[in-house]
Amino acid sequence: MAYENILEVEHLSKRFPGVVALDDVELRVKTGTVHALMGENGAGKSTLMKVLNGMYKPDSGVIRFKGEPITIQDTRSAILNGISMIHQELSPIPQMTVAENIFLGREPIGPLGLINYKRLKEMTQELLDRLSIRIDPSVKVVNLSVANIQLIEIAKAISYNADLIIMDEPTSAITEREVEDLFKIIRALRDGGKSIIYITHKMDEVFHIADYVTIFRDGKYIGTDKADSITKQVLIEKMVGRALDEMFYKEKTKVGEVMLEARNLTKTGQFEDVSFKVHRGEILGISGLMGAGRTELLENVFGITSRESGAVLVKGKEVRIKSPADAIRHGMALLTEDRKLTGLYQMLSVRDNMYIANIRSYIRLLSLDFKKIRMDCESQVRKLRIKTPSLQQTIRNLSGGNQQKVLISRWLLTDPEILILDEPTRGIDVGAKAEIHRLMTELAKAGKAIIMISSELPEILGMSDRILVMHEGRKTGELAREEATQEKIMNLATGEVEAIAANGQ
Amino acid sequence: MASKAEEAAIGEKPVGGAGKNGILTTIKAMWTKIGILFIFIGMVILASFLSPAFLKANNLMNVVMQVSYIGLIALGVTGVIVSAGVDLSSGSIVALTAVVSSSFAQRPDWAAALFPGLTGLPFIVPLMVGLLVGSLVGFVNGWLIAKTNIPPFIATLGTMTAVRGLAQLYSRGRPVSGLSDAYNFIGQGSLFGVPFAVLLLLVLAIITHFMYSRTRFGRYVYAIGGNVNAARVSGINVGKNLILIYTFAGFLASVAGIVVASRIGSGQPGLGNGYELQAITAAVIGGTSFSSGGIGTVPGTIIGTLIIGVLNNILVLTNVSAYFQDIIRGIIIVGAVIIDERRRRVRK
Repeated sequence: MAYENILEVEHLSKRFPGVVALDDVELRVKTGTVHALMGENGAGKSTLMKVLNGMYKPDSGVIRFKGEPITIQDTRSAILNGISMIHQELSPIPQMTVAENIFLGREPIGPLGLINYKRLKEMTQELLDRLSIRIDPSVKVVNLSVANIQLIEIAKAISYNADLIIMDEPTSAITEREVEDLFKIIRALRDGGKSIIYITHKMDEVFHIADYVTIFRDGKYIGTDKADSITKQVLIEKMVGRALDEMFYKEKTKVGEVMLEARNLTKTGQFEDVSFKVHRGEILGISGLMGAGRTELLENVFGITSRESGAVLVKGKEVRIKSPADAIRHGMALLTEDRKLTGLYQMLSVRDNMYIANIRSYIRLLSLDFKKIRMDCESQVRKLRIKTPSLQQTIRNLSGGNQQKVLISRWLLTDPEILILDEPTRGIDVGAKAEIHRLMTELAKAGKAIIMISSELPEILGMSDRILVMHEGRKTGELAREEATQEKIMNLATGEVEAIAANGQ
Repeated sequence: MASKAEEAAIGEKPVGGAGKNGILTTIKAMWTKIGILFIFIGMVILASFLSPAFLKANNLMNVVMQVSYIGLIALGVTGVIVSAGVDLSSGSIVALTAVVSSSFAQRPDWAAALFPGLTGLPFIVPLMVGLLVGSLVGFVNGWLIAKTNIPPFIATLGTMTAVRGLAQLYSRGRPVSGLSDAYNFIGQGSLFGVPFAVLLLLVLAIITHFMYSRTRFGRYVYAIGGNVNAARVSGINVGKNLILIYTFAGFLASVAGIVVASRIGSGQPGLGNGYELQAITAAVIGGTSFSSGGIGTVPGTIIGTLIIGVLNNILVLTNVSAYFQDIIRGIIIVGAVIIDERRRRVRK
């Protein structure tokens, strides 16, 4: 217990093909403290945590834990060394019970090597009681809400009795009251001598719970401060590398007629009775916590899923959209949330990725008009300043930001009037992010209607003309740009306040 | 359940426990849990109406006997599919085990013995050799999947093809006959009026059931199939457990191989053709999910096996033509899975 620093990371680097995720970073965590780690998406926080958790192996650098240099082979060796982690992506096994999930890999065994389920349940009940979490240990995880699953993950990480607990955005899906309870647990752990690395995007949480703050930017270590000796403003500037007001390029645009209207859309278990309008020249921001149903709602509008009731109107006329092809025909475009999963054709070229949604307009008798394709694609590459050696380059060799631009080009080629952008700047670097924001503003100025889903409050506040907030599938409020603040949005997003739509007619 | 003291606690109201809507919920819960059992019972009732011969003890025993090899293989295949994999090599393992174990079970008076110097060996030798050979092929399957990361379909497609060739090579393409009485007892003998092979299936089913539902290894197979990343971050050695489950599947296929060879009194390199697909069918009808790993049970698979047996029997007893039989089987496989997927979706 006599180590001043439980964890010391020095000169650590990690490269992935095409990206330097961690560039000679350092991190020192004092024993018995809560240490916040901050930085934008893509700053390298999660990569470093995955190194500490044994999921990635560093290319170079030293990790000293409790004063001794260690190598972390895999997750098991991280746990044995005394490091446990709450993962950002919730990763339960849906068909197993709460108890089985928490003690997976550590089940109590009776005679004959059979698992002692009675003991397992007792152990789980004790743990949950200690954390005052009220969930039945024998219920299957598939039946739990997102918030409860998150509580289970937290309980699991704590159950390892580790000396260092890494929490990667543990509050992304829970309500404010549950956050307070989590903070109680964290303080109790700290007072018991444990150390905690706390990753978050939420400023208030940092000042609330952390003793120290370390900031990463673009894979580099920027600095460490005591939490009570730094201001919010300085923190943000260190994170983004410049003053905040330069961040979002926003111009006043002319707002025209209603382009898309959704009336009382309902799909049980996903979203309920949600209505909204978006006008020509307007950016409608959609905010909410993980699992609020934002993506499900917009994918439904785009015809990917069916719903029970509600209507969609394009330019005032009700339309029946039963598939993405219908949506495209009505002038809609959807940039999906997960670039890798539902956007990119990783093995295909930049060109092939770009023209695929607009292939219909290039069809000639028996072939495609490749000359026109080349001209269109080249003009997109120029306009969006996509950095690629050629149109033939395989897209997976591009950086995240450039891949995202190619996907935006794909939709721009279809000349849409309504653009739905789901997390358009997730996981891309600051420069590309700014360019995408500028592009969004230009598109709005050119008369497009834009719907942007974003989990980053500054982005929502910076880019939106109007903000719709969802909580557990319901619309909890709508705010005009002028009246919106981080606090108001969070209150609506956590379901603390149900406000009446303030604007939008 | 909700006392005042608990109100301060976090989390939603406790979920689970008894349903509030009474009997309807209970029936629904039973349907989602053992729906396939209702279908099975329905089929038995239907069969007994269609043919008076069906319910005769002799016929029933026959039904079970005929699917016992499929049942044995399906026990292992269930675990493999639960781990989000597939095993296509079981039929070939049956053939290889049959010829190899038979070659060590030949009588000394048999003139055409494969190894004339190795006849009249103790009864245990062919069994051990056969089980070892099958387990070894299973181990190779698991090793390929765990270490080279090739898809299970491809890995076991490869071993399926190669092992079939190995069986032909080993037996020089001929049946290995003239087997000892003790060896033949496994497939032909009875204990207390029940075929020995049926008892073997019963015992192995019970052991496998406990292994899958109550041991760490079994639960890790479900965890790996349910969410391999979650299993990994929980410190489970994914590779080791995959190798184990494929080895176990190979072991059970070799048990089936010994049963088949001793049943017909001869180890033949062409045996077991298509058994791998029948075993997969049994598992899938019994509720093992191909679309998502982590779902499947031994009781389900046993019922799935019996459904195949009863169906075959009905079709034979009612003189349906062989072509029609296959068409009906095909429809039933797809139908069972559609019903099963629906059932699962309702639960969510």
